[in-house]
Amino acid sequence: MDLSFTPEQEAFRRQVRAWVKANLPKRDPEAGSLESGDPRRIRMLKAWQRKLYDAGYVAMGWPREYGGQGADVVQQTIVNEELIVARAPGLVGGMGIQMVGPTLIQHGTEEQRRRFLPKILTAEEIWCQGYSEPGSGSDLASLRTRAELVGDEFIINGQKVWTSNAHFADWMFCLVRTDPEAPKHRGISYVLIDMKTPGIAVRPLIQMTGEPGFNEVFFDDVRIPRENLVGELNQGWLVANATLQHERNMLGSTTTTQMMMNGLLRLARTCQRNGRAAADDPVVRQQLADLIIRVETMKYHAYRQLTDAIRKRPPGIGASVNKLVSTELNHDIAAMALDVMGPYGSLGRGAADAHDRGDWPIHFMFSLGLIIGGGTSQIQKNIISERGLGMPR
Amino acid sequence: MDFALSEEQELLQQSARDFLARECAPTVVRQTMATPEGYSPALHQKMAALGWTGLVIPEKFGGLGLGLLDLAVLCEELGRAAVPGPFFATAVLGALSLVHARGATAQQKLWLPQIAAGEALATLAVSEGEPCPTPAAIRTRCTSTRSSFRLSGTKLFVPDAHVADLIVTAARTRGRDADGVCLFAVPRDTPGVTVRPLPDVDQTRRPCAVELRDVELPKSARLADEPAGWRALSRVTDAACVTIAADSLGGSQRALEMAVDYARTREQFGRPIGSFQALKHMAAEMVSEIEPARSLVWYAAYAYDHEPRRAGLAAAMAKARLTDIYSRTTNRAVQMHGGIGFTWEHDMQLWFKRALWNRTAFGDAVFHRERVATLSV
Repeated sequence: MDLSFTPEQEAFRRQVRAWVKANLPKRDPEAGSLESGDPRRIRMLKAWQRKLYDAGYVAMGWPREYGGQGADVVQQTIVNEELIVARAPGLVGGMGIQMVGPTLIQHGTEEQRRRFLPKILTAEEIWCQGYSEPGSGSDLASLRTRAELVGDEFIINGQKVWTSNAHFADWMFCLVRTDPEAPKHRGISYVLIDMKTPGIAVRPLIQMTGEPGFNEVFFDDVRIPRENLVGELNQGWLVANATLQHERNMLGSTTTTQMMMNGLLRLARTCQRNGRAAADDPVVRQQLADLIIRVETMKYHAYRQLTDAIRKRPPGIGASVNKLVSTELNHDIAAMALDVMGPYGSLGRGAADAHDRGDWPIHFMFSLGLIIGGGTSQIQKNIISERGLGMPR
Repeated sequence: MDFALSEEQELLQQSARDFLARECAPTVVRQTMATPEGYSPALHQKMAALGWTGLVIPEKFGGLGLGLLDLAVLCEELGRAAVPGPFFATAVLGALSLVHARGATAQQKLWLPQIAAGEALATLAVSEGEPCPTPAAIRTRCTSTRSSFRLSGTKLFVPDAHVADLIVTAARTRGRDADGVCLFAVPRDTPGVTVRPLPDVDQTRRPCAVELRDVELPKSARLADEPAGWRALSRVTDAACVTIAADSLGGSQRALEMAVDYARTREQFGRPIGSFQALKHMAAEMVSEIEPARSLVWYAAYAYDHEPRRAGLAAAMAKARLTDIYSRTTNRAVQMHGGIGFTWEHDMQLWFKRALWNRTAFGDAVFHRERVATLSV
């Protein structure tokens, strides 16, 4: 065991840090959030991703022939850590890079890779995920959106829901039912849909944070070419399962958690409780220590998983454990921050007296959303017990 | 960046697991814990022959000279098998007290080879009954004459002192703080030493009361003087925390496996109870606590060996977290077994009770969380 980085890796970290410092985009207080779909924000984020890509820092692990650097996971981790520590904006094209890109590399045709991967990397095309439906959330395989193959075209009818970013996405990777007679997992196909295709209607849903972010998407005789099928017809479940693991990992980043924990500690030192800093209250100290221990635990656990990835050991149910533990930990940190602030804890964005610009109640709500999205905690527990422990269905 | 066990450590882990499955099945644990001594000299000899009792003892004193991570890997397996007896007392507490007693070469030469060979047993007497191992809690007095030291006081919860040949004892020469603390090598047969086992719910352990009544020791018995005494003692108690955390990890993993095996086969309402989500979710919650915590134990052991400035913090985190998890896991595992899990005849009680001992030994979770807060808030 050796937790140090090599001199080359340390040098690489310094180089990344310097680059990020010099190129970090300025905050535009006028621009609305990404969730609101404000074109100014989206323009800024696309430009930022393009810059990152030109510097070689986007999807570094991808093979060179598809625009990656063929970099190892440690370099990738270093870049991610530096971006988060610098509070850089997240990648607007994250869904493409984390989910559809790897799927195309694994299951796509050469034509599909050449057509889509470059624009995923540069954020020229933004992607959204068409999985959930009104009747198919946790039981995703029960989805009913139909795609009928007529000649060289699929004709799609149905509805998706909770579709993040659909209100500004250019493309959707989507699960559709192509064989209604087959057992539910065997009649699904994975297709790519141009969001400008006639017959698509997007209706934003407002999140409890007050902003849109996810949407309902309606398909009314939407025609897409057959070549937008990824993998075999009716084998979409296998294709999608690979990407779901990527999503669970994406939802459980420890660096974000550590940043939140640092923020909570700052609050505890500054907010008062019974005439002294909250951080001096014995009960608060117990709770803070418990959270610190959980955060540190996830940090070392991430090192272990990183090592497993370097050694190319299969992750097993690790992604589900990560998703379950990290989202709940983030929510607990935000909840404690609200307690530490006392009545200030419920002041939202825009309130002059709010601590940390009123971010904490948003973190609190958003982290609850992440406990649900990408498979609820309960679904992760089913996966862990059934696939990890072999408990009967 | 390489956060994984080495091949040698994985080999140690596997061979220890195989050995203990063969030599220390639950029936053996029960037979052993029913004896007055609470240990099997034959098993201890075999463990010594494998090098385990001298794992962290330097090679020049007859040990293998390995690190705390290796010892933690082994202790995880001992916890998994709920091995009764003085291994922790002698191979962790006794051995490391002497290893960290720099400047007491004569005592090291005398005791360490015997401990490594399994010929002598040792332990550490630090607690006097208070829940937290702090300098102020050490009140046993040491007065000094020209040619000797004289110790008086009562030590409590001393692991396996009833069979130990050597009881390393913390006592103070002055004051109430860390500066007055010294460590002494006290052979159990020294006049004035009385040992009385304290019956514990966890019968795989034998905590004892050690009465020291005007115990006279030669000057050479001092292992570490003030203020080195407390420093050495903190190193040993940190190691105790890490190895207890490792024991808890192994015990948690075993309890989880037993509960899952049971839930897969036991039928109610015409189906295996493991098909019910209530049980699946309990099991998954155990996994999602245990798996990341394994990394914490490894880190704490690694920090002990390589990052001395972080070692105390990491040991405190591991002790608090793993003993909490061990209690929760065995609690859930008993519940998953239903009524049978609450019986004497079912083996789950062995781990459930071991979790109780692990919880409070060397400071409970509240104490260690406060340490974490002091060091990081």
